[in-house]
Amino acid sequence: MCEQAVDKSTWRNKVGLAEMLRNGVIMDVTNAEQAKIAEDAGAVSVMALERVPADIRKEGGVARMADLKVIEGIMEAVTIPVMAKCRIGHFAEAQVLESIGVDFIDESEVLTPADESFHVDKHAFKVPFVCGCTNLAEALRRIGEGAAMIRTKGEAGSGNIVEAVRHIRAVVSHLRKLTTLRDDELMTEAKNMGAPYELVKEIAHTGKLPVPNFSAGGIATPADAALVRQLGAEAVFVGSGIFKSEDPAARAQAIVHATTYYEDPAEVAKACRGLEGAAMVGIDVRTLPEEERLATRGW
Amino acid sequence: MLALQGDVEEHLAVLQRLECEPAAVKTAAAVRECDGLVIPGGESTTIGKLMERFELTPAIEELHTQGKPIFGTCAGLILLAKEIVGSDQFRLGFLDAQVARNAYGRQVDSFETTLSVRGIEGDPVRAVFIRAPVIERVWGECEVLAEFGERPVLVRQGNLLGGAFHPELVGETRVHQLMLDMAR
Repeated sequence: MCEQAVDKSTWRNKVGLAEMLRNGVIMDVTNAEQAKIAEDAGAVSVMALERVPADIRKEGGVARMADLKVIEGIMEAVTIPVMAKCRIGHFAEAQVLESIGVDFIDESEVLTPADESFHVDKHAFKVPFVCGCTNLAEALRRIGEGAAMIRTKGEAGSGNIVEAVRHIRAVVSHLRKLTTLRDDELMTEAKNMGAPYELVKEIAHTGKLPVPNFSAGGIATPADAALVRQLGAEAVFVGSGIFKSEDPAARAQAIVHATTYYEDPAEVAKACRGLEGAAMVGIDVRTLPEEERLATRGW
Repeated sequence: MLALQGDVEEHLAVLQRLECEPAAVKTAAAVRECDGLVIPGGESTTIGKLMERFELTPAIEELHTQGKPIFGTCAGLILLAKEIVGSDQFRLGFLDAQVARNAYGRQVDSFETTLSVRGIEGDPVRAVFIRAPVIERVWGECEVLAEFGERPVLVRQGNLLGGAFHPELVGETRVHQLMLDMAR
């Protein structure tokens, strides 16, 4: 048999893994036991963390990449892909995460930014990256840097869906607007957005992002998941919403149920009925001072 | 097109270019209406759990008994196989094959290559492998259509087609066409 040429970690491999996670739920977990609960509930992937965003918010201090023992313990415990977070711009944390073999890196505003001017050059890595955005221009800058998946930021650890809704609506409505522009308007649009022209031009013709677009930040109930899915999110991240609730296993299953059948209200109702305890306590985002807002980190 | 989880949209885009009327199905009733079924790539544990929880298995078994074509890619292949190395996860267990999950390694070991496929003329098939399963061995009626590194990566058995890679990610229509040909 002749030797078959192999290309490793191509752009299609990176975006391909993101495609495989579509229509699924990615759950924040802080230990192997939680990771098993998430996998058993039907999560497509878990995000390995030392503290969930709600605790980061409460305890304050500098939030960094998780202890490697925590991440590796979670990688041992489950067969689904494992993600981990690095700080914005902290490419050395990203290098460490890549070297231990995590499947996806989230360059995340939930951690304390390490660089106030530059994000990580994600093209330089073999492992795929996901990045947060609050609008389309931010999404395109991250894709330009090599992000293979985008998630709208929402307001992590708030248990409040309002920011997630604001961000997914902003992305989707701007996508729609681009498809209505004439070709001779696209360069000025790219300039005004501060986004790469080639990507703006591509999207004006396809009407969709070149990588999957998921939703994060504030999803606490099955109905929250159904809401962002109907607004255009292709999958959902649930952070504090599961393990800060009173009934993590049931809630994890219910959110998976509602994410799968998001367009069928009778099924979402069934998912809601399966819950046994209260959702996490939420925060009215309007009362959060500017410096405590995570979504404003990154640019 | 089974639409519980995974890269459903990419498969639909390929099927739309062929002579068939694809639909995304998520319920047992909708599965029973189909003349064939594609089980997409995604997470096999997730799709398997959803099949069980929402009672789709009997409907898929009926399609199989009726000899309607079923094509599983990656996660779909794992669900079709009779044996999964080191795992007791849910499976349909139709295909005389043993698979090993994530056997090429983690995500950083994912790769692309080209394959020659029995029954597909012309250019070789570009194949994208993502945390892909390895087919360790096949037996019985299961026939090998393509190999990578001397291991099967595309197999056929009666009405069943199983692939470890993702033709849908590169817009390759000929592998899906093989499935449609099995319906005739």
